[in-house]
Amino acid sequence: MHDIYTWSMIAVIALVTAALRFLPFLIFNGTRQTPKIIQKLGRILPYAIMGMLVIYCLKGISFSALSGFLPTLIACAVVAVLYVWKRNTLASIICGTVCHMVLVQLVF
Amino acid sequence: MKQTLKKAFIATIPVLTGYLVLGFGFGIILKSAGYGILLAFAMSLLIYAGSMQYVAVGLLTGGASLITAAVTSLMVNARHLFYGISMLEKYQGTGKRKPYLIFALTDETYSLVCGDNANIPPEQRNNYYLYVSLLNHLYWITGSVAGAVAGTLFQFSNEGIDFALTALFLTIFLEQWLTAKKHLPAIIGVSASVLCLLFFGRDHFLIPAMLIIALLLCLYREDEGHA
Repeated sequence: MHDIYTWSMIAVIALVTAALRFLPFLIFNGTRQTPKIIQKLGRILPYAIMGMLVIYCLKGISFSALSGFLPTLIACAVVAVLYVWKRNTLASIICGTVCHMVLVQLVF
Repeated sequence: MKQTLKKAFIATIPVLTGYLVLGFGFGIILKSAGYGILLAFAMSLLIYAGSMQYVAVGLLTGGASLITAAVTSLMVNARHLFYGISMLEKYQGTGKRKPYLIFALTDETYSLVCGDNANIPPEQRNNYYLYVSLLNHLYWITGSVAGAVAGTLFQFSNEGIDFALTALFLTIFLEQWLTAKKHLPAIIGVSASVLCLLFFGRDHFLIPAMLIIALLLCLYREDEGHA
C-alpha cells in the first residue's frame, strides 16, 4: 500500500488543479454582474489560447538537426493543407499523425 | 439524447486516440517508478490533468515537499484559469452538471466545448458538454489504468503518435481562424507564445506568455480591431 506521503501529494495536486479550474466561476458567479472586461476576455481568449496551445505542443522542436523539426513541421503542414482544403477534423488529424509517425520512425 | 451522445462521441475521437496513448504512457511511467494500478486510477480520476500527472511522478519519486507540489501544480496548470473565464457564460445554465463540467475542463475538453458547437441544438448543448467531458475523462482513466496494467510487457512502436493532440489543437486553431472576422487575438496568442518561448525557454514560457496575452487582450478593442 502507498503511504500517507503519496496520498497527501495526490490530494495537494488534485486540490490545486481543481481550485484553478473553479476559481473563475467562484469569483464571477451569477449573483454579481460579470465585469465587461472579463466578458470580453471570455469572448476573445479562445482564439489566443488555441494559438498558445499549438505553440505549447511545438515547444519540443529544436533546430539543431533536421530530425528535430522537420517531422513535426511537415506533419503540421499536412494537417493545415488538408484541413483548409476539406474542413474535416478527423481526416486531418489521422493523416497528420500517421505522417508524423512514419517520419519519426522510418525516415528520420 | 442518443443523437447528442453520438455527436459527442464523434467529436471526441481525436481525444480518444490522444488520451489512450498519453494515458498509457503515464501508466507505464508510474508503474516503472514503483507505483501500482490503484494509484494510476486514483490520479487520473482525481487530478485529471495530463502534463501535471507526468510531472507528479517525478515529484513523488524525488520525494518533493507538499509545498513544492502545490507551487508546481499552480505553475503547470495556471492556464486553466483562462478556460474558466471563457466558459463562464456557456456553463452558466448547466445546473447540476456544472461542478463536474468545471472539474473536468482539461485542455482537450476545453478545445472541444469552447467553439460555437453550431451542430448541436441549443437545448441539447448542456448534455453535449457533459458527454464530451465524461467521455474524455473515461478515455484518460482507461488509458492510464491500461498502461499501469501492461507495465513494460507490451511493446508497440507508437513513437510520434502523441502528435494527435498537436493536430487536434491545430485544426481547432485553423477553424477559428477561418471563421473569425478579426484575427488579431489569434495573432497575439501565437506571437506572444513564440516570443516568450524564445526568451524564457520551453520550461518557463507559459506563465509570461499568459500574462502578456491577458494584458494585450484587455487593451484590445473589439470594435476597432484592424487585423
